[in-house]
Amino acid sequence: MSKAKSNLVEELLKGNRLALARTLTQVENSTPEGISALEQLFPLTGNAYLIGITGSPGSGKSTLVNCLANHLNRHPISNKSNKIAIIAVDPTSPYTGGAMLGDRIRMRDLAGNPDIFIRSMASRGAVGGLAHTTAAACQVLDAAGYGTIIIETVGAGQSEVEIAGLAHTVVVVESPGMGDEIQAIKAGILEIADILVVNKGDHPEAQKTVNALRSMLEMAHGNGMRLPSREHLFERYTASGDTSEAHSNEHLWLPQVVTTVATENLGVQDLVVQLKKHNLFLHETQLWEKRAKNTIQMELEILLRNALAQKWANSMPPAFIAEVLEDLYTRKIGPHTAIEKLLAYNSSL
Amino acid sequence: MAEKKIRVLIAKPGLDGHDRGAKVIARALRDAGMEVIYTGLRQTPDMIAEAALHEDVDAVGLSILSGAHNALVPQVIEKLRKNGQGEVMVFLGGIIPEQDIQPLLDAGVKAIYGPGTNTQVVCEDIKTAMAERS
Repeated sequence: MSKAKSNLVEELLKGNRLALARTLTQVENSTPEGISALEQLFPLTGNAYLIGITGSPGSGKSTLVNCLANHLNRHPISNKSNKIAIIAVDPTSPYTGGAMLGDRIRMRDLAGNPDIFIRSMASRGAVGGLAHTTAAACQVLDAAGYGTIIIETVGAGQSEVEIAGLAHTVVVVESPGMGDEIQAIKAGILEIADILVVNKGDHPEAQKTVNALRSMLEMAHGNGMRLPSREHLFERYTASGDTSEAHSNEHLWLPQVVTTVATENLGVQDLVVQLKKHNLFLHETQLWEKRAKNTIQMELEILLRNALAQKWANSMPPAFIAEVLEDLYTRKIGPHTAIEKLLAYNSSL
Repeated sequence: MAEKKIRVLIAKPGLDGHDRGAKVIARALRDAGMEVIYTGLRQTPDMIAEAALHEDVDAVGLSILSGAHNALVPQVIEKLRKNGQGEVMVFLGGIIPEQDIQPLLDAGVKAIYGPGTNTQVVCEDIKTAMAERS
């Protein structure tokens, strides 16, 4: 990979938004040009504050992002940059490969602001709430000088927790009337929340939802017991290769429940207060660096897995795969034996 | 791994609130495997051009039923060109009187679809235009 910067990257770094948009497209399509741009831009990354916004479809994520971006643009959390990028992910149809990306509809207040860049992304087959290239797109925006990047996930149900491996702060948006307390003690998406938002706070059921979430948090933290922090979820390797000591100087963050009415721009200030606190907490406890490292590890792992799978697929005659599949169809062998056969075919990999 | 998806912005410039047509087209393009960015009602030409820029779209579909097409459509095209996106395919749907069609085509609109257009035709036109371009 050459060290010289391509025209596209040079233009992007000058602040050319068309060059930025085109780079994002190349990255999204994983073209050689996109990969080269990522390699050129990577040394410039690591500065942006990544906020993840997740929650069920219709809970008001996009509307909340609209308010939040507007607010942070005027009152940035870090004074390095007030430029804000938004990546809004919506699902790709598994049948047609098409997608309807409608998050911009709720972000009208941000139009015409040269410091705000909004990009819609289709999930393109990924199931963790993000697209495979969302992390890479964040790197591009980070290098382009966007100090805050807000990532809105696909409307997430219970287990789309990938955002926790990417964002510094995860905000889980709930809306009232979505279920009883049992929903609040289930595993999954609530566990990754650094901040919980009950949106549509003007709904008569809102306080009930707030109470359920608060008591869930009390159950987890109230008796001083430490809820395993989400670092555990994603940590694979420490420098020494030993993960046992990684959590010894762990600090406790107690997620707060914030009520908002995003359509009326109410409560956003409270959310920003919590974001500021969490941002400070991450810096004070060195979790900021730790999370950044985890993200890089995870990305490397994913890329490596894809590269290996690709390499393997390229080396494998389709006829042999068909033969193994046939044995599977007819129940001659089980799936694990099939894997053994396939991997043994070209074991030099 | 590399996969080029056709990205289309569907927008409703101006003040009319009839977005059924825009939604039908958006849905049809989605079902044809495209990534459709729908921006909602009452967009100004500036907003449309900005969204087209951020999203790096291949095509922009405008739906107008208010009669303001002669004023709004050339403005959108002009702004796209100014942003360096002159190659973006612009197509138009809605109620467009016969005598306005040729001037709009001359202004840079690639295709105009009136009421009753089969959505498949629109999908095919876009795909053909994209294939010609690359």
